[in-house]
Amino acid sequence: MDDYNGKTLSWRLADGIVELVLDRPPANEIGLAMLEDLELFVSSLSALESKASAFILYSKQKAGFSAGADLRELYEQAQRMDASSAGKGVREFLERIHAVLNRLDTSPLTTIAAVHGVCFGGGFELALTCDLIIADKMARFCFPELRLGLIPGFGGIPRLKRDIGNAVVRDLLLTGRSINATKALSAGLVSQVAAEGEALRVARSTAVQTTKFDRATAAAAKRFIKPLPAEELRREIDIFSDLFTRPAVMEGLRRFVENAGPHPYLP
Amino acid sequence: MKTIEQTTDEILNLAATHFKYPRADLQPADDFYKKLGIDSLQALELLTRLENHFGVELPDYEVQGVSDFHTLATRIQARL
Repeated sequence: MDDYNGKTLSWRLADGIVELVLDRPPANEIGLAMLEDLELFVSSLSALESKASAFILYSKQKAGFSAGADLRELYEQAQRMDASSAGKGVREFLERIHAVLNRLDTSPLTTIAAVHGVCFGGGFELALTCDLIIADKMARFCFPELRLGLIPGFGGIPRLKRDIGNAVVRDLLLTGRSINATKALSAGLVSQVAAEGEALRVARSTAVQTTKFDRATAAAAKRFIKPLPAEELRREIDIFSDLFTRPAVMEGLRRFVENAGPHPYLP
Repeated sequence: MKTIEQTTDEILNLAATHFKYPRADLQPADDFYKKLGIDSLQALELLTRLENHFGVELPDYEVQGVSDFHTLATRIQARL
């Protein structure tokens, strides 16, 4: 399927470049509906890869790239189950999202995330699967999970640790603070910063540049330089699942869901 | 080194320009959430604009609970 329009995203293939567009209001929260659309995308990816050289991931939502996991959906589902079932349910969700993100991470295409606005939690983790992140100067990156009594669950820590220094990972993880595109560039997390509203244009121009190279060579270089941190990704699922069933997490999620204050995106 | 008055003035100018609010109606003691009618995402956007304008980092936890321009200016001033 070269083109697709789903409930939460769409994709198209044109001129050797696949574009995957996140489009779920208000801020591309990643819940079951987006997971199902992402699973459909990765099931079509092999066919797309045979006809393409590059891949761009971006958001149509004004608020930003993605605010992360759909915490309201997560809380509501957990509320309907006992602790054991909730733990099992969250592990199943994580296994599915990891399968999707690992497939994106290891695609032989050169992959680029064009990021604007909020790029938080699971959204940040989705962007981290890409080879390059090109950020609008108004983009912000954050791992807010510790504020909920959790760790990032979509592979964020292993991927970020693979890409940049451990000290920066600890700073983001242990303080839960958000950083802007300039800081992300200086940390090595972002490869280019674009003017406001220009990240997608810069990503497209970068994608065109990558299509000039021999595909087999580019894919071999990527396999060499970007190994999947499989063992750490497995451990992350275990740690997250163990932490998730604690009452403090449910309380943190409840506070977030019921928060009508000025910082609902920063629990 | 900017004075706190200069910093506050630049914040008010930036907020007025970006949120299309009459500059003359903005005062340092104003609650920017109420005055500008902004939500959490717009507040985050304001934070990013201020960081870009002043060339500083403002960790969220230093501005959490801050809702008036003057206090915001003191947080920025401490990082100039």
